[in-house]
Amino acid sequence: MITLQGIYKTYQMGAETVYALRDVDLQIGENEFIAIIGPSGSGKTTMMNILGCLDTPTTGCYELAGEEVSQLDDDQLADVRNRHIGFIYQSFNLLPKLTALQNVELPMIYAGAPAVERRQRAEQALINVGLKERMHHLPTEMSGGQRQRVAIARALVNNPVILLADEPTGNLDTKTGEEIMALFHRLHREGKTIVLVTHEPEISRQARRIITFRDGQIVADQMNEVTS
Amino acid sequence: MIFLESCKMALASLLSNKLRSLLTMLGIIIGVSSVVTMISVGQGAQKSVTSQIGSLGSNVLYVNSGRVAAMPGASQGARGATQLLTMAEYELIRQAKGDLIQDVVPEAGTQSTVQFGKTTTTTTVTGTTADYARVRNFKATSGRFLKEQEVTNRENVAVLGSTVADDLFAGANPLGQKIRVGREAFTVIGVMEAKKSGPQDLGDQIFIPLTTAQKRLTGSNGIKQIIVTAVSAEKMDSAQGQIEKILTRKLGSAEKFTIRNQQDIIETVQSTTETLTLLLAGITGISLLVGGIGIMNIMLVSVTERTREIGIRKALGAKQKHILFQFLVESTTLSSLGGLIGVLVGIGASSLIASLGQWTTSISPASVLISFGFSSLVGVFFGIYPAKRAASLHPIDALRYE
Ligand SMILES: Nc1ncnc2c1ncn2[C@@H]1O[C@H](COP(=O)(O)OP(=O)(O)O)[C@@H](O)[C@H]1O
Ligand SMILES: [Mg+2]
Repeated sequence: MITLQGIYKTYQMGAETVYALRDVDLQIGENEFIAIIGPSGSGKTTMMNILGCLDTPTTGCYELAGEEVSQLDDDQLADVRNRHIGFIYQSFNLLPKLTALQNVELPMIYAGAPAVERRQRAEQALINVGLKERMHHLPTEMSGGQRQRVAIARALVNNPVILLADEPTGNLDTKTGEEIMALFHRLHREGKTIVLVTHEPEISRQARRIITFRDGQIVADQMNEVTS
Repeated sequence: MIFLESCKMALASLLSNKLRSLLTMLGIIIGVSSVVTMISVGQGAQKSVTSQIGSLGSNVLYVNSGRVAAMPGASQGARGATQLLTMAEYELIRQAKGDLIQDVVPEAGTQSTVQFGKTTTTTTVTGTTADYARVRNFKATSGRFLKEQEVTNRENVAVLGSTVADDLFAGANPLGQKIRVGREAFTVIGVMEAKKSGPQDLGDQIFIPLTTAQKRLTGSNGIKQIIVTAVSAEKMDSAQGQIEKILTRKLGSAEKFTIRNQQDIIETVQSTTETLTLLLAGITGISLLVGGIGIMNIMLVSVTERTREIGIRKALGAKQKHILFQFLVESTTLSSLGGLIGVLVGIGASSLIASLGQWTTSISPASVLISFGFSSLVGVFFGIYPAKRAASLHPIDALRYE
């Protein structure tokens, strides 16, 4: 479903070239549950941004759902993100002046869905993540866990092929983090493909496949026996 | 459909920052409202002047000596040497009455003190003939105007303009009273209606027979102005040509006299107002420019403040055109709303001015439409750069922005 080949991402810092990613090959199949781990600065976020089509590799090929996306322009990438990608951030990235419902409606607005359908689907998505009672609240009126649920509902609402989460529990306490992880497990059971970045071993241990980055390269890619 | 959403987003954002939105619009509001007001005053003035001049008849020609205006800095002595038209020219034009020329009326006169009892005033004393009232479309409110016979007999009779009558008699009946003009005594035989010719008050003068004026007041057979009417408005040009021919032959040069018609005068007034309107348009242009820069400034601030919002929207699939449109709608809404409020304030102000008296105002739909249209364009023009900047932000840079 996802194939990356020979991916490089470099930044020019003055005279020096920084290799954020260096010759990365990766394949991701349907309904996988992958954790990406590695020390800080090892290229995890860069990898997620490229997977999420927020950024393009300096060189290399990226095929997503049968489409080569490494050479697309700004607007074409926006379209791919809108249709295929659900992105979840450490800092939630909700629009503070919009209610939960309005935040969840956003991706459908840019997909051009009619208002009535948007509202129904957004309500359903919020119910699915357990926020039936909080739909009309602003992000500032919600706890961190609730905000992340809104973000997850928003990521799911256009029915993406892959769910990408960059340290989704980084800003949450352990108990709330576990609740969010439970939600990811349920989505995985329902057939979603999930890639998450974390540096907490308790979380990476819950994934089926663990990929380790160091200095912009994949240094380990192991299957993991889950016993929960 | 998606653009409708962009409009909603833009309006929501403007409403969430009401004070800032209002202050941003203020430049446009002030510019547009002052222009709508000033143009309405200007148009009102032009309309009333034009209708006053029009009421004097559209087929009237004024014949003057050509030297009058040619020596602006001349001393008293030189001015005295200015060649006036004389009875000879008047007679020549009068003899040409016929297919083209209908009436010919001379005006001779001077400034003089006029006295009744102990009251004195200074006014223009105009010596003329009986046809004057008809030519000027001028009616007596009491008594009557001069008669031909009084002119022939060089009688000491006077007809008062309304302003002079008010000044000297203050409501008392002037008919039959004796007044003193210079050192001569005159009998009042009539009072004329109030009338204006452009800015000039026709009521601020008295009329006496031409012959009397020349003999008793000016002491010469000079004539200040000859008023000629053509038989119809269509014959104006031909009549003017005929007079030109007669006078050029008599005086030897076309530079020794001038002929003006009502149309010329109306055009002069109009071109003055047009200059004024152009000036106002310039001021509007500048104030709209300043207002536009204000909008651009705020939009740039707004784009910076909302970098993260832009990043989130782009990450969720917003294309450049969506972001561009959202910010463009904001700037255009600011400017057109400013323009609309400006128009309303301007209409309010001009009706206030009208209700205070003195001035007539006339709202011109063109000035309203143009200033509103321009203010909307200002929003588009000055909004494009900030909106483009927002639209071209890279989603990752925008998301990382704190
Ligand atoms: N915009 C950028 N400009 C320059 N260097 C960058 C930029 N983004 C990332 N990097 C560099 O790329 C490397 C990988 O960064 P990142 O992917 O954020 O690591 P991680 O998420 O694993 O901590 C780091 O050395 C970082 O400094
Ligand atoms: Mg990172």
